Amino acid sequence: MDKSDQEKAATLRTEPVTINMGPQHPSTHGVFRLRVTFDGEMVLDVEPVFGYLHRGTEKLAEERNYTQVITLTDRLDYVSSMINNQAYVLSCEKLGGIEAPERGQYLRVIAAELQRIASHLVATGFLLQDLGAFGTPLMYCMRERERILDLFEMLCGARITNSYMRVGGVFQDAPEDFWPALRRFLEAMPRFIDEYEHLLTSNEILLSRTRGVSLLSAEDAINASISGPVLRATGVAWDLRKAAPYEVYDRMAFVLPLGKSGDVYDRYWVRMQEMRQSVGIVQQCMAQIQPGPVRTTVPLIFRPPVGEAYVPIEASKGELGFYLVSDGGISPYRCKIRSPSFINLTLLREMLIGYKLADLVVIFGSIDINMGEVDR
Amino acid sequence: MTRLVAGGDLARRLQDAFPGTVESWDDSQVWVQPDRLVEVCGWLRQTPDLAFDFLSSISAVDYIEHFELVYHLTSIRHNHRAVVKARLYGRERPAAPSVVSIWRGATLQEREVWDLMGVTFEGHPNLKRIMLWEGFPGHPHRKDHLGG
Repeated sequence: MDKSDQEKAATLRTEPVTINMGPQHPSTHGVFRLRVTFDGEMVLDVEPVFGYLHRGTEKLAEERNYTQVITLTDRLDYVSSMINNQAYVLSCEKLGGIEAPERGQYLRVIAAELQRIASHLVATGFLLQDLGAFGTPLMYCMRERERILDLFEMLCGARITNSYMRVGGVFQDAPEDFWPALRRFLEAMPRFIDEYEHLLTSNEILLSRTRGVSLLSAEDAINASISGPVLRATGVAWDLRKAAPYEVYDRMAFVLPLGKSGDVYDRYWVRMQEMRQSVGIVQQCMAQIQPGPVRTTVPLIFRPPVGEAYVPIEASKGELGFYLVSDGGISPYRCKIRSPSFINLTLLREMLIGYKLADLVVIFGSIDINMGEVDR
Repeated sequence: MTRLVAGGDLARRLQDAFPGTVESWDDSQVWVQPDRLVEVCGWLRQTPDLAFDFLSSISAVDYIEHFELVYHLTSIRHNHRAVVKARLYGRERPAAPSVVSIWRGATLQEREVWDLMGVTFEGHPNLKRIMLWEGFPGHPHRKDHLGG
């Protein structure tokens, strides 16, 4: 550079650029829009724009009877339908003062834990995809998830939108050939996690892209109502399966994997370890489950007494709860969904500011949101 | 196991701290004056043996003659829960103070309540529609939306 060029560079005016990311963008995992202001590659400001997948689920629930609403819950977080079913039927059961028979509860926990593994596989696979490890890690995860979906198909005939659970239990008992298939899966899954971790957990590229990125403190996370693996990655031992055991979780032995710094790496690591714990929980369920009925008699047109219920449970993404208000009729008077994906986005702006464009997709992926649940 | 703080206990302590704020209570919940919400919530979060540090959810229910705001509070420190409610009368412009200054977790939830139920939160830093677009007529979760 000669002198005149240097003078020119000093007086050159640069402006921040605002661009739209989404709603149609592969790394938003659905239809989500971010208005991002960049200075070069650096993120200066972020404005999330919601609502592209808003279907009015809460309003639709007011027009359907309690049993029909189960099919709506499948379509909230569509990679963990079983857990949505469970949260909804537990609220209904509290409203009606019903308890599912023990075998039904065990089947629900088995389904929910398998679903948690499937959901974490999706989260991890897409996180690696966002990091630029194109294709292979995602396909490995999808391959294992496929085995879980096969198990769900045996349970209820559906793979994604299961609607397996009912108020008072589950829709049907597991078929005979389900148990050997489940046993084979449980034997294979830890080996897969080992293999995956061997490839990734100490991979230098993964470490340098995720360590210290998007640090979140425990105080900030709690104050912003962030729950699930993102909260546990900050080191807070808060899991509703432990804190408020529902169904048969009080009989299960498992530990809560906790992160230290709350960065992207810790979120990845917590999910990997949670999959191992879930395998353990399903094994314990298999050992403990006894023959018996899977469902109490609850009329299809279920009329709970006047009242309200809110039963929060630990979904794969955090605290999920249905706040149901009954006026004694056949439909909920109000069905409010407390969705973890939506509320975990509270600090999105703070998590992204100051990072580079390439980190933005990674940080966003590490929160693990599902647009069906964000927009409802 | 998460313990539910009894409505009666909470009501008594709130009465002592802020006379005249409690409207009524039952076993599981307390109704407070809506204009005192920020004081009450701030106190619930600060008091060491209550320490409601985690705002689980904010819901709004349309009971035709009034709107009800429902705050599900959780204390991660003590592993207990409580339900605090506030009734808002008048359908034209129901309003309540924003609790964003106490729990940032209210930011998106209050926007959602405003968008879908039409309750204004005074003091919210960015109260605009979230699920629907600006200019959408009405608030669809109200029972009288499109004639009910």
